[in-house]
Formats: sequence, structure tokens, C-alpha cells
Amino acid sequence: MSENIKKFMYLNRRAPYGTIYAWESLEVVLIGAAFDQDVSLAFIGDGVYQLLEGQDTSESEMKNFSTTYKALGDYDVTKLYVEKESLEERGLTLDDLMPLTWEDEDDDWAEKDSIRLVSRAELADVLDDQDVVYSF
Amino acid sequence: MSTLHTVNKSPFEKNSLADCLGYAKEGSAVLMYEDGVYGAMKGNAVAEKVAAASGVKFYALGPDLKARGISEEKLAEGIEVVDYAGFVSLAVENDKVSAWV
Repeated sequence: MSENIKKFMYLNRRAPYGTIYAWESLEVVLIGAAFDQDVSLAFIGDGVYQLLEGQDTSESEMKNFSTTYKALGDYDVTKLYVEKESLEERGLTLDDLMPLTWEDEDDDWAEKDSIRLVSRAELADVLDDQDVVYSF
Repeated sequence: MSTLHTVNKSPFEKNSLADCLGYAKEGSAVLMYEDGVYGAMKGNAVAEKVAAASGVKFYALGPDLKARGISEEKLAEGIEVVDYAGFVSLAVENDKVSAWV
């Protein structure tokens, strides 16, 4: 089985709520993770808005799915690449995003950051290394 | 003739906000809602364009800001937050509504 593990990249390019893309991406990510694949997520363009801290849909009758990002670590989805240039264009920094962590069982369950801040050039290399790329 | 312009698309995904600003005359109002509220944030790449629109009053829909995690301190100067009733009032107060969908 192990030789069949592929590198899956989910490329999140759109803001949450305005369209269904962000939510659908999460659904597919969790399916991929359930099949023990090597799953990564990238957030570029308006996709970085998906990770903004403090989302509260109580006044707009939509489902707040932002809490799902915090659960990704429990599904061994621990690589969330956030593009620096996209944050900067939107006047955002890492401090504006939800803290997302995972527990490393090979390191005495140490809590580690899931978010990896990368430049566009660095992310291009990560994408180049993938077997499958899904764009949402 | 006063006009309420509405923008519901992210300024980074579509040109709706930029197009709207090109036509919003002095005395008109611009309401940002849905993904349009990202245009109301300070320090982003479109903030200068919004600030440069003289004589135009800007509004953003509170529930849509809240859903997206955009708190008051993240808003650009001069943006007034309205609720759904405020949206209706703006539509009534102005002679017409121009929706930049």
C-alpha cells in the first residue's frame, strides 16, 4: 500500500462564503486524508481569507466552517502553505490568521504549527513536487 | 440623482469595485456586501483607490464582515457599518440602486 501513496495538493484560491469552493475543498481534503495520502493545502490569492481569525456567521445564516481547519491536524493534514505575497497584497500578516497546530506523535506529542509561510517562488517548488494538484 | 452602488465581489477576483469607483459620482453611496466587504479593509492593495474617491460615502454590511472575521479595527477609515435594515434604508434614500455584480 505504501508505494501507492501520492502527494496531493489542494490549492485554495477563493474567499470563503461568497462561493462554495472553500467548503467543497475541505470536504475533498478530508476524503483524501482518509485514504492515507500525503496531503498538503496551499492558500493563495483570496484563499488566504479562509484562514482569517474570528469568523462569526451568527448574523448571516451561513455555516461557519472555519473551525474545520483547526481539526485538520487530527486527520494528519499538517502542511498548510500560506503565500506571503497574497497576505501582503491584502494588508494581512500571520497574526491575522487562526493559529493552526498539530500534535507530533513521533516527538512526544509536541504541538507544532501547521501553517508554513512561504514565498511564491518557494510555493512554486512545492507545487512542482506534487503528484496531483486540485484547484479550488 | 443620487445612486447607491452595491459591490458584492472581492476586489482581487473581479474588477467590480474598480469599475464602480470609476462611475460613482460625488454624493453617491457605495455599499460593499458578501465578498465585496474585502474592499473595505485597511492596508490592502485597493485601499488607496477607495480613499481617493472624493465625495463618495462608503458602507459595508456588518453580518458579512462578521462572517469573514473582519473586525472594526481592520476597516479602512470612513467606512460605515450597516445592518440589513440599513441596507434597505440606503436603497430607499437614494434615487436608484446600481448593482455591480
